Amino acid sequence: MTARTIAGATIELNDEGFFEHPEQWTREIGEQIAKDEGIDPVTPLHWRVIDFMRREYFAKGTGPTVRMLGKTSGVTVKELYQLFPKGPAKVAAKIAGIPKPKGCI
Amino acid sequence: MGEAIQKVSVVISKGSLDGIYPGLIMANGARAEGIEANLFFTFFGLDAIHRQRHDHIKISTVGNPGLHVPTLIGGLPGLSSIVTHMMEKKMEHLDIPSIPEFIEMISDTGAGIYACKASVDLFGLSKGDFVDQVDDIITVGDFYDRAAGGQIIFT
Repeated sequence: MTARTIAGATIELNDEGFFEHPEQWTREIGEQIAKDEGIDPVTPLHWRVIDFMRREYFAKGTGPTVRMLGKTSGVTVKELYQLFPKGPAKVAAKIAGIPKPKGCI
Repeated sequence: MGEAIQKVSVVISKGSLDGIYPGLIMANGARAEGIEANLFFTFFGLDAIHRQRHDHIKISTVGNPGLHVPTLIGGLPGLSSIVTHMMEKKMEHLDIPSIPEFIEMISDTGAGIYACKASVDLFGLSKGDFVDQVDDIITVGDFYDRAAGGQIIFT
């Protein structure tokens, strides 16, 4: 576990770079992480996915898999991979400040 | 953690439900991790991308020790349909997509989907027999070209 300063705040991240404490997240931090992940600009459609991931995490205790995202977020699987080429559920979870979603599909 | 895998090329050579799903999950899972993926269907694996057959894939119930059903029972008429139906209900409950839906999804992730030319010729098939998601019918040499620099997973 490491502590990093992002957008002026100190955040605890695990070895893979995911938030230990999702409550520490702010939009500015999310924006900075997105840029670090190579996503620039962060468009409204990106935010739609990011916000959806946080809502799902706090409602269900875990972030959604790519399949769930494709079915319920209003963004298709094709669009998801265009927005987040390195793996939508994984990268969006990092940006959204939630743990990596568990699930094989 | 060692060096991350950059690309996987998954071969699917079997035509049973239990023979097809692992390869699909590997390819889809790779894409979800940002790993480039190719799917290569050969021999009876072609059924998974065949328009008429991809909706009728069954669990192998004969000579399948993993199913824990005696072979004589597994060979009874209708049993493979029953077992397949039971399995599919459970998969639906877990939101595991059907094979046609899964292929569509994997294609949407940007993975390459290919049919083996040798098998296509052997079974007398053509591009029109396959679902739209199939990118091309390629030879084993083409497959190795596409797989170069990555890992090959044979199922």
